Amino acid sequence: MSGFAKSSIARKVVMALSGLFLVLFLALHVTINMSSVISPETFNAWSHFMGYNPVVQFLMQPILIAGVVVHFVMGIVLEFQNRKARPVRYNQYRGSANAPWVSRNMILSGLVVLAFLGLHMYDFWLHEINYKFVEANPEDPTRYFEETVEKFAPLWRTVLYVISFVLLALHLWHGFASSFQSMGLNNKYSPAIRSFTRLYAIVVPLLFIFIALFHHLNPITH
Amino acid sequence: MNLLLKIWRQNNSASRGSLVDYPISGIEGDMSFLEMLDVLNEQLIAKGEDPVVFDHDCREGICGSCSLMINGEPHGPDRLITTCQLHMRKFKDGDTIVIEPFRASAFPVIKDLMVDRSSFDRIQQAGGYISVNTSGHTVDANAIPIEKEKADESFAAATCIGCGACVAACKNASAMLFTAAKVSQFALLPQGQIEATDRVLNMVKQMDLEGFGNCTNTGACEVECPKGISLENIARMNREYLMASAKG
Ligand code: SF4
Ligand code: FES
Repeated sequence: MSGFAKSSIARKVVMALSGLFLVLFLALHVTINMSSVISPETFNAWSHFMGYNPVVQFLMQPILIAGVVVHFVMGIVLEFQNRKARPVRYNQYRGSANAPWVSRNMILSGLVVLAFLGLHMYDFWLHEINYKFVEANPEDPTRYFEETVEKFAPLWRTVLYVISFVLLALHLWHGFASSFQSMGLNNKYSPAIRSFTRLYAIVVPLLFIFIALFHHLNPITH
Repeated sequence: MNLLLKIWRQNNSASRGSLVDYPISGIEGDMSFLEMLDVLNEQLIAKGEDPVVFDHDCREGICGSCSLMINGEPHGPDRLITTCQLHMRKFKDGDTIVIEPFRASAFPVIKDLMVDRSSFDRIQQAGGYISVNTSGHTVDANAIPIEKEKADESFAAATCIGCGACVAACKNASAMLFTAAKVSQFALLPQGQIEATDRVLNMVKQMDLEGFGNCTNTGACEVECPKGISLENIARMNREYLMASAKG
């Protein structure tokens, strides 16, 4: 078993499974966020449910955090191993001749998304922990919409948001379909998986970007 | 044709090495890339200099000995050929050509452009075979019927010549395409089933031990492979490996 855990293929599969899990999570996240554009009430209701339901809070949230941590820690470990596998670099290396840019720069797009995640955790997760457990405020099921829209008021944050989601799109463009190959799936369905990957990699980040711009351009005026 | 060659010169595996400029003239388009290097070496020998060391044997694209990273691509800019089949007509008068060895920690440089690819041999020895009784009771291989598609896929995988271009091209110096081809050629045949579990586990273990990098599915190997070995083989090896690990 220890041989299995250390093997390059097992690590690929860990990257694939955690990645696919995060892909699924994105779909849920974007659905909830879209409601903030359509109906603030629905957005508040969903946010409150996600924030106070014990199953979400104490079972699903830790699983999600574990998924994120496993994905980026393993990704960084593999990157270091891969660099060690070619200690002397080529003077001339035409990577673009045989592989797309996105597939060669997953570490770059991944690290940008990770940095964004840091800001995101600071903005929302830390804020929630503070609100609920440090300040011990009472439950307020109506606060989420306003809190969220306020975040998009500064231009710098909206710009960072947009850049991060462009990088996320690039990350998904390669990663989503690639995870099936890692798990040993390469057959007549692969072209369909690749097409779906491209659709997903464009539509989901674009929706996130749309939401950010929408709130930036429609601030709450008191 | 007049060319400027920038060739990696390195005395032995311990020394540092660097690119050295060699202007060369009178190169014909019909010469192969290796013949062009032969011309250079004759000139170097005539001048009393050390000739450039490079690997070659069959010079007809079947042995996998020749290597070379040419202008940043293994076996040069052409597709589905080895360096010995690359012709100088692919280059233009006045071109600069950078020639480096295949680079990977598992392919240490022996001298100049020649690298030690015995890590591939050790992967092969770890499981790239079938055990057959040859003491007079040998069963005719053709006595076992095999589906045409399976036979074709197995044959396609078996055309891997072990050149190492897949490793050289891969940004991670991963040997997955080579190992996958060697696993697949047996995994697709009934003769390969008896040792299937041990084969994939042992070959992957050896591949990792040799210090090759991890596959990130960029697909560079498949594009640069002179034999067109497909990425499907890697997916097959991953499947075989997961199934074998589940069995224990
Ligand atoms: S898979 Fe292709 S590139 Fe790799 S060793 Fe075999 S023939 Fe060479
Ligand atoms: S010398 Fe044999 S393949 Fe090139």
